[in-house]
Amino acid sequence: MVNALETKSVTKIYKSDIGTIRAVDEVSLNVANGEFVALVGPSGSGKTTMLAILAALLRPNEGSVMIDGAELSQMSEAKRARFRREKIGFTFQANNLVPYLTALENVELMLRLNGKYDRAGRERARELLARLGLGERLKNLPRQLSGGQQQRVAIARALIHTPALVLADEPTASLDTERAHQVIQTFANLIHEQQRAGIMVTHDLRMTQYADRIIQMRDGKLRRVISDPAEIRAFATTGEAVTAN
Amino acid sequence: MTTPFYLTLKEIWRNRGRFLLFSLVIALITLLVLFIAALADGLGNGNREYIEKLNGELIVYKSNVDLSIGASRLDRSQLRAIVRVPGVKDAGQASFSSVVLLQSEGKKFNVALIGVEPGKPGEPPVVLGRGLGDKSSSEAIIDRNVALRTGYTVGDQLRLKAIQGTQEEFYDLRIVGISDGRQYSLQPSVIVSHPTFDRVKPGVPVVNATDLVSNLIIVQLDEPLNWKAMAITLANQVEGIQAVDRQTAYQNTPGYSAQQSTLDTQRFFTLLIGVLVIGGFFQIQTLQKVPQIGMLKAIGAPNLLIAIAALTQIVLVTILGVSIGALATVLLSFTFPATIPIVFSPMAIVIGVASLMLVGPIGGLVSVRYALRVEPLTALGLTG
Repeated sequence: MVNALETKSVTKIYKSDIGTIRAVDEVSLNVANGEFVALVGPSGSGKTTMLAILAALLRPNEGSVMIDGAELSQMSEAKRARFRREKIGFTFQANNLVPYLTALENVELMLRLNGKYDRAGRERARELLARLGLGERLKNLPRQLSGGQQQRVAIARALIHTPALVLADEPTASLDTERAHQVIQTFANLIHEQQRAGIMVTHDLRMTQYADRIIQMRDGKLRRVISDPAEIRAFATTGEAVTAN
Repeated sequence: MTTPFYLTLKEIWRNRGRFLLFSLVIALITLLVLFIAALADGLGNGNREYIEKLNGELIVYKSNVDLSIGASRLDRSQLRAIVRVPGVKDAGQASFSSVVLLQSEGKKFNVALIGVEPGKPGEPPVVLGRGLGDKSSSEAIIDRNVALRTGYTVGDQLRLKAIQGTQEEFYDLRIVGISDGRQYSLQPSVIVSHPTFDRVKPGVPVVNATDLVSNLIIVQLDEPLNWKAMAITLANQVEGIQAVDRQTAYQNTPGYSAQQSTLDTQRFFTLLIGVLVIGGFFQIQTLQKVPQIGMLKAIGAPNLLIAIAALTQIVLVTILGVSIGALATVLLSFTFPATIPIVFSPMAIVIGVASLMLVGPIGGLVSVRYALRVEPLTALGLTG
């Protein structure tokens, strides 16, 4: 499989009054096309900072980040913004959607931002939302949708422009258990079908059962990688000492 | 439709109640700005109208009276000396006083009584009837404002009341012509010949005057554009006079400059309030939208898009508010009686509207700048 993402010794250091904090400490990882990875760890383990670096939102102090063959470290801010809208799909924990756009318009927004808003794009957005069970909710505003429905709209928006890498930050944080399983299962299926590289940051270990690989972080370092399906199921069921945020 | 305009229109349409409400606030500010401008124009007009429309380029005062019309006294010999100066085409004397115009059923109001020389500079052209004829006859021209307030027309009689010594005296004059608006000292005008003026004006009556004494002399020039040089020439060649252009003359009428500067200050502060209100509204709105702006930036929306969307929104809301305000002002203006000194001149409305159109974006610039500084990291709950 071809790697969509490669990082080498990525380090992010914050300076504060109490000293230097290595939020991400020499993390190297690869994610292949069609692979869905769960990034887990306790609060303060560095997983969200790592996600921000992978999303071209933060520059690492050391190391390199290569996405779809492009090295992010040397990019200007404008190029990084362009890279984000072309190559990266994003869902967030909250405030995912533009509140004054309907579900369909929120998904189409990524096409508009990329200059790909045409008949075929619009049709694809409708199909994707229908696939996510939102065919009857196309014209609903975010406030008229449940939390799970909003997350599914965000997933559709993250995938509509065929990005190389799809990132999800705590996508189930505001969902009940049943909805959380539905959303993540659909997300994982779409990652596999569309051959995108997907990374999900979560502290809900039950959701890791849908991942192809689990990467566990602690104190900024990559502590453990689980890729055996049986081990993944066991980890998702029994878990480890991962503190919820 | 490009993405920033698309986002702006969607946001305004889907929050139309909020934006309409704010547009109404801008409309109220517009109403206030335009009314102050109209009041300034109306009051200014009431003070300067007669002088501003004079059919002469130079206004001659007695020297050393600080351009005070009331204090200025000029006699016939000075008029003759002025007319003899090369470059002077014609000149006429003009005098000013105030009397009461009496109507039937006890209605009365003050009017400016203006004494002029028939056929000479100072006598306004009529839009109805004819000019003043026989110098000694009891004829009068009324201006448009007197006609509007009284309903009088050519051929009607009007009655003036003046205090002569300690006695109230009444004078009946026949209206021979109606001029356009010629207010003086915030009063509508009745224009009469000098002999009639001397007879009617309050104070000690002038009996058998051998010389015609007036407040001003209105001078027409052969070359109107040469008025600056001619003002100096007149002052040099005729003793005891000072000549100025019409603008300087009306700016020196009592209270005119103080009144106009007061109203200009009010207008400036209203515009300033507009900047603060519009700026405050959009700043609060931007603060509420920080997570949304962060999310848009995180998914790759460029700063230019954020800036254009924010500015377009400010401009559209301002246009809507100013348009509603201007329309409301025009509609309200029809309800005002002619006696209220409010004049909606097209120029004042254009300047007011243009100022407000600039005020919106200026007020909103702070919020645009703030929006541009929002970090995309806020979408992840992180700070830079």
